[in-house]
Amino acid sequence: MIEEQEIIPIEVSQLLGRVKQLYDEKYRIVQIGCTKCQDNLEINYAFDLQYRFVNLRITVPRSGVAIPSVSGIYWSAFLYENEIQDLFGVRFKDMVLDFKGTFYRTAIKHPFNQAEPKKEEA
Amino acid sequence: MTKRTIIPFGPQHPVLPEPIHLDLVLEDEKVIQAIPSIGFIHRGLEKLVEKKDFIEFVYVAERICGICSFIHGMTYCIAIEEIMKIEVPERAQYLRTLWSELSRIHSHLLWLGLTADAFGFESLFMHTWRLREKILDIIEETTGGRVIFGSAMVGGVRRDIDNNTLRAIARKLRDYEAEIKEVTDVFLNDNSVKHRLIGVGILSRDKAYELGAVGPTLRASGVVSDSRKLGYAAYGKIDFTPITHADGDSYARCLVRVKELFQSIDIIEQVVSKMPEGPIEVKVNGTPNGEFFARTEQPRGEVIYYAKADGSRFLQRLRVRTPTFANIPALLNIIPGCSLADVPVLVLTIDPCISCTER
Repeated sequence: MIEEQEIIPIEVSQLLGRVKQLYDEKYRIVQIGCTKCQDNLEINYAFDLQYRFVNLRITVPRSGVAIPSVSGIYWSAFLYENEIQDLFGVRFKDMVLDFKGTFYRTAIKHPFNQAEPKKEEA
Repeated sequence: MTKRTIIPFGPQHPVLPEPIHLDLVLEDEKVIQAIPSIGFIHRGLEKLVEKKDFIEFVYVAERICGICSFIHGMTYCIAIEEIMKIEVPERAQYLRTLWSELSRIHSHLLWLGLTADAFGFESLFMHTWRLREKILDIIEETTGGRVIFGSAMVGGVRRDIDNNTLRAIARKLRDYEAEIKEVTDVFLNDNSVKHRLIGVGILSRDKAYELGAVGPTLRASGVVSDSRKLGYAAYGKIDFTPITHADGDSYARCLVRVKELFQSIDIIEQVVSKMPEGPIEVKVNGTPNGEFFARTEQPRGEVIYYAKADGSRFLQRLRVRTPTFANIPALLNIIPGCSLADVPVLVLTIDPCISCTER
């Protein structure tokens, strides 16, 4: 194992408080990413402090959800949030810069949150 | 009264080989705000994991970028190997380190040439790319490819390099070092270059860190952060100290990359002297089940490969966070306050790779 990675599941209501706590502890924002898991979406907020990796994870329904933006704490988060908004259709409330679905020019809306594709055998 | 104007910069621009767009809000000649627009060529390669076998996907990962293709492929492999708890042979780890550093040298030389070109310093551009060709020749000699190496694989590497060739590579690089120094000295000591870079586009230490900047962009602001220190591949057995600079201006960002050229040559020399004998791959059995965030240091900074697998031959999710994506906020921060004429140079000082960003 190259490094220990701490993945902490939290509730959406805890998100801003936990992210602010990491900000105050001088963690660097590493990335925000989204994963489709059957009926839900997992959103990962990854941080680093002197090579210590911490990941906060919230789980939300695949549609009709709006979650608070952390861009008021980590300004650069708006890029990740706009990306997730365009690719997965998750709405983020109070982003510092909201591209309103025009961040990526995709042929179909929310391409990463579509029904399962038919898989090819290798 | 100052006049406010909005100037569209890109997506096609002489200094931009790839499309990125900035709306620059100006008061007279001074930029007061920059608003980015990307996604012109978003390829959605991450989604291909849903259809491509996890072993084969390394070919796609390598094609995310034509500059640091090997490190993309290797980082993908590391993510899978960590999930499957595969012990990669030591010789393969050293070979991965060697190709990673060759990628860094050729990438930094490419960047130096592009930056010189942006100044109109055409002879410097030609000399740096002439030197880059020599590195590409080594890459071709050892992998068969110049852009896509095709050498990374889950469980090791596809090709070995015999020890005589390794020693010859170390000797060649020592010879090239003098030539690289000659060219970079011109770059670093030229008055017109200094005039364009020193004190321009200052990114403070705290701001660089807070904005999540990575790589030379972060280190040039005085932050010691280099994913190679995590010890992946053979970096845990290599003696090196991340190069930093305190000034945080455009010159510092260039200086860090120039010093990293020579550091990479040192690292390759260590790799060659410590190269262990043994196999270069292990057989991969089974399918991945689990998740891992693989972090490695590309020439532009930390790249993240998040892989999540459910035990089938197709990954559930692959998410790639590229260094340029992480450095866009830093770019937006250094542009305000600069003159319009400085914007192309400032864009180049973060060494953007839109191909990576639009993975």
